[in-house]
Amino acid sequence: MVQVKLWGNLRDATDGQDVVEVEAGNFKQLLDRLSEKYPGLKPQIERGVSLALDGRIYREAWFTEIQPDSEVVLMPYMKGG
Amino acid sequence: MNKMSREKQDFKVIGTRVKRPDGIDKVTGRAQYGADLVVPGMLTGAVLRSPHAHAKINAIDTSEAMALPGVKAIVTNADFAALDDEFLLDVADNCLAREKALYHGHAVAAVAAKDAQTAKAALKLIKVDYTPLPHVTDVDDAMESDAPVVQAGRKQENVKGDYSDNVTMYCEFGHGDLDAGFAKADHVIERSFKTAATHQGYIEPHACLASMTSDGKADLWCCTQGQYFVRTLCAGILGMEASQLRVTASEIGGGFGGKTTCFIEPVALALSRKAGRPVKLVMTRDEVFRATGPTVSSSSDVKIGMTKDGRITAAYAALRYQGGAFPCETVAMGAQSAFAAYDLDAVKTEGWNALTNRPKEAAYRAPGAPMAVYAVESVVDELTQHFGLDPLDVRLKNAADAGTLSSYGPTFEAIGLVATLEAAQKHPHYSAPLGENQGRGVSCGFWFNFGGNTCVSLNINDDGTVGITEGNPDIGGSRASISMMAAEELGIPYEQVRTIVADTSSLGYNDVTDGSRVTFAVGLATIEAARDAIKKMCSRVAKIWEIDPDAVIWENGQAKPSGPNAGDFEPMSLAEIAALSSETGGPIAGHYEVNADGAGVSFGVHLADVEVDPETGATKVLRYTAFQDAGKAVHPDYVEGQMQGGSAQGIGWALNEEYIYDDDGMLLNAGFLDYRVPVASDLPSIEPVILEIPNPGHPYGVRGVGETSIVPPLAALSNAVSRAAGVRLHELPMSPPKILKAITSKG
Repeated sequence: MVQVKLWGNLRDATDGQDVVEVEAGNFKQLLDRLSEKYPGLKPQIERGVSLALDGRIYREAWFTEIQPDSEVVLMPYMKGG
Repeated sequence: MNKMSREKQDFKVIGTRVKRPDGIDKVTGRAQYGADLVVPGMLTGAVLRSPHAHAKINAIDTSEAMALPGVKAIVTNADFAALDDEFLLDVADNCLAREKALYHGHAVAAVAAKDAQTAKAALKLIKVDYTPLPHVTDVDDAMESDAPVVQAGRKQENVKGDYSDNVTMYCEFGHGDLDAGFAKADHVIERSFKTAATHQGYIEPHACLASMTSDGKADLWCCTQGQYFVRTLCAGILGMEASQLRVTASEIGGGFGGKTTCFIEPVALALSRKAGRPVKLVMTRDEVFRATGPTVSSSSDVKIGMTKDGRITAAYAALRYQGGAFPCETVAMGAQSAFAAYDLDAVKTEGWNALTNRPKEAAYRAPGAPMAVYAVESVVDELTQHFGLDPLDVRLKNAADAGTLSSYGPTFEAIGLVATLEAAQKHPHYSAPLGENQGRGVSCGFWFNFGGNTCVSLNINDDGTVGITEGNPDIGGSRASISMMAAEELGIPYEQVRTIVADTSSLGYNDVTDGSRVTFAVGLATIEAARDAIKKMCSRVAKIWEIDPDAVIWENGQAKPSGPNAGDFEPMSLAEIAALSSETGGPIAGHYEVNADGAGVSFGVHLADVEVDPETGATKVLRYTAFQDAGKAVHPDYVEGQMQGGSAQGIGWALNEEYIYDDDGMLLNAGFLDYRVPVASDLPSIEPVILEIPNPGHPYGVRGVGETSIVPPLAALSNAVSRAAGVRLHELPMSPPKILKAITSKG
């Protein structure tokens, strides 16, 4: 199981939890499981999210492997100028 | 993940200040910018814009204009494809209004005619039947439950509370117990701030030339930060297949985020399709101000608690941004950046976006961060003043470092904030004496940076030189830095490498030049493309020597036997291998395609000295020093230029720049005479100090450097002014009348 830290307002979609657990070995599986387990997260995931794995931020990269002890943080999709 | 695939410290080319490849063209006027291209049979386009801040469009009658001799085509939003995609629909509706004109200057129709005079005359003959509607331009007003609604039905599921339909999104970040944190503080300060919308202020207006033939194939030349994204947007809006539209980016006279989208390109294509001839469309400066993206304006509340020895115990920020008439999520970037410089046990940021009757926001260097950091750094500074503490000591005491749980969620890996603060503290600027009416301000700044989709081809020419094809317009020196990285990896002189920017039909997709991504991501892809070419060259040499490919290594631009057991062969240079390419298997090229990640966040610290004239309220910037972690500075001149440019833009944002609207929602200052950017005589020599804390996500340790430098100046200037004038302003810009009023009110 991977622990995923969510940003604050996403708690509304996870019964108030700001850390949730899903079974996932990579980012794609993680996003799929999150959408299945917490349908309220789906609109945000579809709009776009970034993921931070052990402090490093990824905008896409579905197949990035996640270790069970990795720090995984869901973040808004990064934008720049 | 893009790990540092090979530790490299002994650089020969990286870190030197080689000649700019575009220098001669730019100083002699030979460089081709967006408006420079001329083709036979070309028509001139012009755009009709709304005189109202907000109005329903009942009908558009183009018959009289179309009858004017020399007019070849007129288009409205109805000439675009029917769109389902909400993002694309917003871009299209911003290019040409659909049912409502949403801001003063919103494009409504466009004409292509034989010359500019005819096009202009035709605009006057287009009859638009408007019903004016109530408008709103201020972010706080727009959020009120009874505010005029700019667009209904755009609210995301995350918005709660009694707000108007203009509030489209809400976000929240942070961790820890705020109440407990504030209870531990010896002093708590809570302040409200406002910042004005500012324009990116690029010198080159938007310009394009579109040519569509009767078989549906089209070419588009334009000044843009991303020709591939322009293709995506235009093909979608015109209902074309991407393969049928080739987009070529011109040289670019500044972008800063403002040229990451489309404003006129789909319009020019629609006109060309209708007229059957090429159409050039060039914005006037007035149009650039009225209808291209400024940054968001903001209203915010910040509350910070601190112990008397300078430890922050809790921090909270509420950020309200308006990004014009279309939804944007820039506030989320601001909310994540606000407290990123600090190691905090209790922190929370909330953000709201609201629609207003203003032009659609476009990205501007570190979008969303400068205004949030301005508010936070102002309150931190006021707390240091309250306790009589040293501003840099306090920031060092609270500085985020490797292992810090960031205010936006992840735990930081190696970052350069502490090194940057220490460099500022040791710099002579920080201890230099100040005179009467003078003050020194300090601010930290932060930006994320990112990588993105990147595709590079590296061709070994048969004379031993190298040609690189990449797909990102060169805004800040990327052709030089890419050539340098190829030269470094291949072991050949920089002068033997030439990098060109490809059109969309010549290379795979590349993301926009934004997010400080190009030197990082395209550089990474170039290094890997060079390694691919090296592998192929070693393989050719192995065949010549009749040994195993693994027994050939690449050193200093030559293929060599890996050791005595591999055999005794004279090394072969890149030029020798290239000359034999036909005999050994054909052309040699290296390629690499990646969606790069691991860009690494960036921190900066700025010191500003100002003098405030107590009789006029005018502020003069006396000295300015910018410290920034650049990872590895590939070409220090360009890195310094980015740091100086961001600082100059931030100084303008702090002191003078603002969009000014009247009570009718009309923009009053759409020109450089009334919208006051800093000119050379307004600025001191800005001293850049580069720190190099290698980014582990890049083979050479490179971080993005283009955006961070615009984040600290707003607070650095405000903090300096507060110390010079003895009054603290909570609103930008700090124009002379505002400062004078504050001084006068103080008595």
